[in-house]
Amino acid sequence: MATNLRKFNRFGSILTNHSNSLRRFSSPAASSGVLASADGQLLQSSKSINLYTAINQALHIALDSDPRSYIFGEDVGFGGVFRCTTGLADQFGKHRVFNTPLCEQGIVGFAIGLAAMGNRAIAEIQFADYIFPAFDQIVNEAAKFRYRSGNEFNCGGLTIRAPYGAVGHGALYHSQSPEAFFCHVPGLKVVIPRSPKEAKGLLLASIRDPNPVVFFEPKGLYRLAVEEVPEGDYTLPLSEAEVIREGSDITLVGWGAQLTTMEQACVDAEKEGISCELIDLKTLLPWDKETVEASVRKTGRLLISHEAPVTGGFGAEISASIVERCFLRLEAPVARVCGLDTPFPHVFEPFYMPTKNKILDAIKETVNF
Amino acid sequence: MATFFLSKSHKLIMHNLKSTKLLTFGVTNHTSSVANSLLSSHFLHTRSRPPLPNDAGFSRCFATVSSGRRSHTAVSFSDDVDQDQLSTEAPLQQELNFPGGKVKFTPNKLFTSGSSAERTQCYRVLNENGQLLIDSDSLKISKEVAVKMYRDMVTLQVMDTIFYEAQRQGRISFYLTTIGEEAINIASAAALSHNDFVFPQYREPGVLLWRGFTLQEFANQLFGNKYDQGKGRQMPIHYGSKKLNYITVSSTVATQIPHAVGAAYSLKMEKQDACTITYFGDGGSSTGDFHAGLNFSAVMEAPVIFFCRNNGWAISTPITDQLRSDGIVVRGKAYGIPSIRVDGNDALAIYSAVYEARKLAIEKQTPVLIEALTYRAGHHSTSDDSTKYRPADEIEWWRDGQNPVKRFRTWVENNGWWNDQVESEHRSNIRKQLSQAIQAAERVEKPPVADMFNDVYDVLPKNLNEQEVSLREHVKKHPQEYPSNVAV
Repeated sequence: MATNLRKFNRFGSILTNHSNSLRRFSSPAASSGVLASADGQLLQSSKSINLYTAINQALHIALDSDPRSYIFGEDVGFGGVFRCTTGLADQFGKHRVFNTPLCEQGIVGFAIGLAAMGNRAIAEIQFADYIFPAFDQIVNEAAKFRYRSGNEFNCGGLTIRAPYGAVGHGALYHSQSPEAFFCHVPGLKVVIPRSPKEAKGLLLASIRDPNPVVFFEPKGLYRLAVEEVPEGDYTLPLSEAEVIREGSDITLVGWGAQLTTMEQACVDAEKEGISCELIDLKTLLPWDKETVEASVRKTGRLLISHEAPVTGGFGAEISASIVERCFLRLEAPVARVCGLDTPFPHVFEPFYMPTKNKILDAIKETVNF
Repeated sequence: MATFFLSKSHKLIMHNLKSTKLLTFGVTNHTSSVANSLLSSHFLHTRSRPPLPNDAGFSRCFATVSSGRRSHTAVSFSDDVDQDQLSTEAPLQQELNFPGGKVKFTPNKLFTSGSSAERTQCYRVLNENGQLLIDSDSLKISKEVAVKMYRDMVTLQVMDTIFYEAQRQGRISFYLTTIGEEAINIASAAALSHNDFVFPQYREPGVLLWRGFTLQEFANQLFGNKYDQGKGRQMPIHYGSKKLNYITVSSTVATQIPHAVGAAYSLKMEKQDACTITYFGDGGSSTGDFHAGLNFSAVMEAPVIFFCRNNGWAISTPITDQLRSDGIVVRGKAYGIPSIRVDGNDALAIYSAVYEARKLAIEKQTPVLIEALTYRAGHHSTSDDSTKYRPADEIEWWRDGQNPVKRFRTWVENNGWWNDQVESEHRSNIRKQLSQAIQAAERVEKPPVADMFNDVYDVLPKNLNEQEVSLREHVKKHPQEYPSNVAV
């Protein structure tokens, strides 16, 4: 366990490097006005904060900038079990920030009705592992609300936040990464941030996007990831991937917390003379194929990594799409380094996880294919 | 000893919570046993994490729950403890001050009954013969409203007959009648205001009719032509209208119930003089969404009317295979919701009940549950033959003796507001209009293929754009394989 902690601390520092590489590598096209203005603010007023504080800031801004926005979920009133809603009920009142009964289908169903009336409904599911009772409401109701009514009605103001992923001791029901289920649903957007600055900008973009968004937060990074984050209001574009590390030998694609592990593998691979390009997909649905395709056309190799089980994971979709588009350019089979096809196990977590060394081995195998 | 152990475990839990930095354990502790607490305590001591920014907040919240549980546990132990030991302590408590109010203690091991001796009474204004019950406290209805109610009930009947036939002739793919539930449809709609939002199931087209949805609009939806608001995407009978505050029907059962609660909360926050109403059947009352919706509405104090059409049948499942409570009305009490059972074939009773429910919902900002006892006198849909699972004489008994349209007609006629001649004129007029509407709807082309891709999102994402382009190219190559009445 102590080893785990040290490892997380190391990831934390890597995340700080992340933001450096973000500034260094972000292409002019990707940065556009939004990032530029964010960077502008960065010079004036930004603070080094962790991820849950960045989420808290985004929620604060969302409530402050739109009087018809609401935040609710289990234990949200006192600040949430991860502290993401700390102080919001005190400032904005118990009618806009409130606890709900312990019932996920109720939370999402209620949120859909609220959003259908033109409000911004920001619903929290305490753990992504517990989102399944709401699956029907998300898949059959939220996702289809606009389509089935011929655009007479929509629930685009809906954002569902849920902490996902491994934390070192969460086992079966506090560790899952269920993003692939939602990526199979036309009408939804699925967004996963990798760092505090990304979390704030992407969450505000998700809240203001006129479509229902499922926003998964890497709970392992809530406290450990620290980054300079602009204090003001800013958004980052959805459905735009970002090259966060440039390279020429192989393209690595990931999202959320897994990018910290992947970045480490990139650093180690570089020591062995392999130049890796790392892409943060950020939005999984609808996803930015073009950025991944352009990178694979350059490197000729692709590796995808996610914590969720490999079979039927979103990596399979990326792999298939890139093979369709870059078949003749590929110099090796697409590699997937993912969670294993078991439930998420407690004691065996270090074995289950797509670790740095698993990724590094796969990088070498792919490059030397 | 037991008490000591419990209080020790309580301390441990509290200690864990205070030292828990990643709160997964905090959550697990809600249900954890003492052994688990010790285990997690052990684990927690092995790692150090930065402190919670708001330790006090979390501890306070848990302390409330925990102290409640502790008192409860202590009381159940006191049963087994020697009286002498207790006599030295403070006087015995007569009641427990528990969240939600004081609870009296009793030495009797009494279980509450699963059912009451007598079933919940059913509010009725008109008897089967269309005569007013003596002492009925129904609301006065003007001639104008009463006649419109009756006319719309008849229109609904004729609509069902003609559209059902159109399906049988293969002109539309599916239909679902409202036969037997005309009073529920029309009288509930009449008691509402147009600015109340309707979250329907699928057997309430009468509410739309009442609000002014035209026969042509019904027909356009059934034929899925380019004037269908739903752009031909859903099966027939999935009507919806933004203009009429009638949320589009979906086939999923009871999923609309929590939506109605969320929407009602919005009306509450905006201080609107309006409520929401959601309709569902006896089958729908078994879904998780029903229970979630009722509980949320009570907690959120949302102005929503839950209207259950208990028509005895969920497709082929009789009510006796659906539930063992006294219908649906008794569930309202369990959730803290004012509730009423009403004769679903009595238009006046429904009108009065819904009118009062609306008033109650808005003035008191509370949900209200209405259970209307009725009978699905038609098949579930055109895909169903109900004579396979229920006796014909049962259907006949309800269709004839309990017929809600006939009953209301007697009353309207006795008031001198209606007669045979007006009846036959109205029926033939509606038949004519419907036949024209069907012919017109049939001639109108289908929505263009672009509408298959629109509205998945607010704007077309790249992947859908690519698929649309690719589909067009494919259809151009094989035009004979695709419907000619859909513009590509």
